[in-house]
Amino acid sequence: MSALSETPKESFRLRMLLYDTRYRAITIQIVALMGFMLFAAWLINNMLTNLAELGKPLGFGFLTETSGYDINQSLIEYTSQSSHLRAAFIGLMNTLIVAVLGCALATVVGLLIGILRLSKNWIVARLMTIWIEGFRNVPVLLWIVFFMAVLIETLPAPSAFRGDDPDATMNLFGSIAVTNRGVYIPEPLFASGLGDIPVLGGLFYVSADLIVLLLSLFAGLLVSGLIRNRADRIQEATGDRPRTWHWRILSVFAPPLIVLWMLGFHLGYPELKGFNFGGGIHMRNSLIALWLALGLYTSAFVAEIVRAGIESVSKGQTEAAFALGLRPNRTMNLVILPQALRVIIPPLISQYLNLTKNSSLAIAVGYMDITGTLGGITMNQTGRELECVLLLMMCYLAISLTVSMVMNWYNNSVKLKER
Amino acid sequence: MSDTSFVRRDMLEPQTPPPSQVGVIGWIRENLFSGWFNSILTLASIYVIYWVLASVLPWVLQSSWTATSLNECREQIAVAYGEGTSGACWAVIRERYLQLIYGFYPSELYWRPNLAFILMIFALAPVLYPNVPRKMLWFSGLYPFIAGWLLWGGTIWTPIAIVAGFAVGYGLFRVLIDRFGSLAAVIAAVLGTVLWWLLLAGPVAATLASAIPIGLTPVESRQFGGFMLSIIIGVTGIGASLPLGIVLALGRQSDLMILKSLSVGFIEFIRGVPLITLLFVASTLLNIFMPPGTNFDIILRVVIMVTLFASAYIAEVVRGGLAALPRGQYEAADALGLDYWKSMRLIILPQALKISIPGIVSTFIGLFKDTTLVSIIGLLDPIGFSNAIRANAEWQGIVWELYAFIALLFFIFCFFMSQYSMSLERRLQTGHK
Repeated sequence: MSALSETPKESFRLRMLLYDTRYRAITIQIVALMGFMLFAAWLINNMLTNLAELGKPLGFGFLTETSGYDINQSLIEYTSQSSHLRAAFIGLMNTLIVAVLGCALATVVGLLIGILRLSKNWIVARLMTIWIEGFRNVPVLLWIVFFMAVLIETLPAPSAFRGDDPDATMNLFGSIAVTNRGVYIPEPLFASGLGDIPVLGGLFYVSADLIVLLLSLFAGLLVSGLIRNRADRIQEATGDRPRTWHWRILSVFAPPLIVLWMLGFHLGYPELKGFNFGGGIHMRNSLIALWLALGLYTSAFVAEIVRAGIESVSKGQTEAAFALGLRPNRTMNLVILPQALRVIIPPLISQYLNLTKNSSLAIAVGYMDITGTLGGITMNQTGRELECVLLLMMCYLAISLTVSMVMNWYNNSVKLKER
Repeated sequence: MSDTSFVRRDMLEPQTPPPSQVGVIGWIRENLFSGWFNSILTLASIYVIYWVLASVLPWVLQSSWTATSLNECREQIAVAYGEGTSGACWAVIRERYLQLIYGFYPSELYWRPNLAFILMIFALAPVLYPNVPRKMLWFSGLYPFIAGWLLWGGTIWTPIAIVAGFAVGYGLFRVLIDRFGSLAAVIAAVLGTVLWWLLLAGPVAATLASAIPIGLTPVESRQFGGFMLSIIIGVTGIGASLPLGIVLALGRQSDLMILKSLSVGFIEFIRGVPLITLLFVASTLLNIFMPPGTNFDIILRVVIMVTLFASAYIAEVVRGGLAALPRGQYEAADALGLDYWKSMRLIILPQALKISIPGIVSTFIGLFKDTTLVSIIGLLDPIGFSNAIRANAEWQGIVWELYAFIALLFFIFCFFMSQYSMSLERRLQTGHK
């Protein structure tokens, strides 16, 4: 009887690789993989042949050679005698600086515009629409060169500040000079500073004052958190919440202020010396133009994201919160914002990434970001196009993938749990 | 029975609302001055509008249209509107608008890009609007070859030989499908087409061209420029990136592990790097990856890179649409016994693409704006051209007029694209809301 219950065992035949769905998936994948590998091998083979013909074997040794060019804006020490690697590193820092500044500007302005666009005030809502459509529908490269032109063409030259009756004066009680060569702002100086600490065996230096300051701020935030936790415990036990806001403000601000006082903090103001300003921090036109253009261009996209986020929370949520007796600001904090943020944050982060990638257009105004150093002057001087573009792509990829990893983690933690 | 009660027998005439609640005054009260904060906002906005108009309008209107250099223009404005008046020098646009639009394209051949542009409208019409006859889609399919021939010129037989490749493939497919089944027929058709292009198309076109010489004056790629170049790169990139993006999205959602990881790797790599690095690859590196001695056209190289770039973004947008469909749709398609391609074509993709329209169109707008980046690798798109004009001795120092003109051109195109996307969304809205 057992012979009947057994299904006849089909022997494997070659045509089953194509016509049996169980095997076809494997066939397709193996063919695709082989095709891809053949294609890659063909590309690499061509590349090696071509490079051998050009006499430029693949190698990254050129990075340690002397760069021989100057970078006019750098946070760490750099001269034309430094290596190409150091130049690339400074470029990367400049990219990150303009990206962080731009994201901050885009968020603040975008939030404001997005909320105002939902305003019941007809004329304000229309103005915000014009702002958004105007910035969105014109290429960002055009905005960058436009802002650069505004800074160069409309601002006074440093020489206009000279004389007894100057054409231009410094703003904000004589502390900021806005000129067509850039903006000069006061710099923080320490009378009894702690000096610099070498990092990575003297590769670059970090100000010890800054570290101490950050540590004290961090300690203050920690104490403030402890005070809040204690208030929470008391509220849970007794029902009354002690008044702590003055203690918390004190604990956040007192340590940094004390540290500043001990370090002998004072401001160094920019002064007109000869044909130009000296002292203070010089923010170059290229940085400011890039910052404004990227920030305001992205703010239009952020505004639309914010508007969509707020509109995505249904009105019933507000009404339900009011019915529960929550006050308007608690409604906003506890009901609307958590739901709106789930919609807002993912596209917002991808706008931040877009801004970072768009900062590569710095090359159009001569701001030395990583595209300007590694992908610009270093590439032209050494003729190592392949290696430079490869490194350049890796840098941007590293930034993007890091941010997306954080992003995915956040998305998973706030995801609506269904089914 | 005293008759003290009062019962109204007929309704009172409804009263008109007070004049402050209706009409213009009511609207103003409600929308502009509903509270102290709103009133402040309104007044501030009106002041901003006044300030912007007061500073821009005189400059726009007190202008010169006839000068031939910046100095002459300033003199004309000073004579006409008084010394010290700053006015726009629109003369630079009048003198150079042809270059800003066509680049260095030979001026006696302007009819060719013009014709290509008009034909483009006819080719796009059946794609964009459903009430245009469906037969026009044939023209849309042939349009890329017609446009390429019109713009670059040369013999007519080259595009015809390329189109013939598709005919060869289709013929093979029809002949073989009855004898060997669909899979073998598809493989044979693809192989036949590729072999035709690689081996036969060139000699056939050359023979025909020498036998029956029909052709247009060839135009070199480096003579292309201006807004025409932006449109060529943008439209080609848009047309080619949509199918590629859909395939990538399907690959990323597929169950086949290797296909999936290849798609994910490609998409994440492209999305992680800025377009400008890909354009560097196009301008300096692409030849290194080709067999020695290959040197193909710079516009073609840029278009390839722009297409790859946009397709990764399209793929992510379409993937969002695919993921947004309820699982039941996939299961229902399987339950009907449809195979993978049929279920995708008939059930899944129409719904998924509908959901992703806004994202697709905003990717297209982004792509079109990003075509300006080619000015960084030295192509003369409008921004590249504006730099060239500013370096010219006659117009040195001119800034705003050129930027305003370029911004206006881009604004018009992008704004209409986003308006079309909104109308498409409304048209496809099937009522679940």
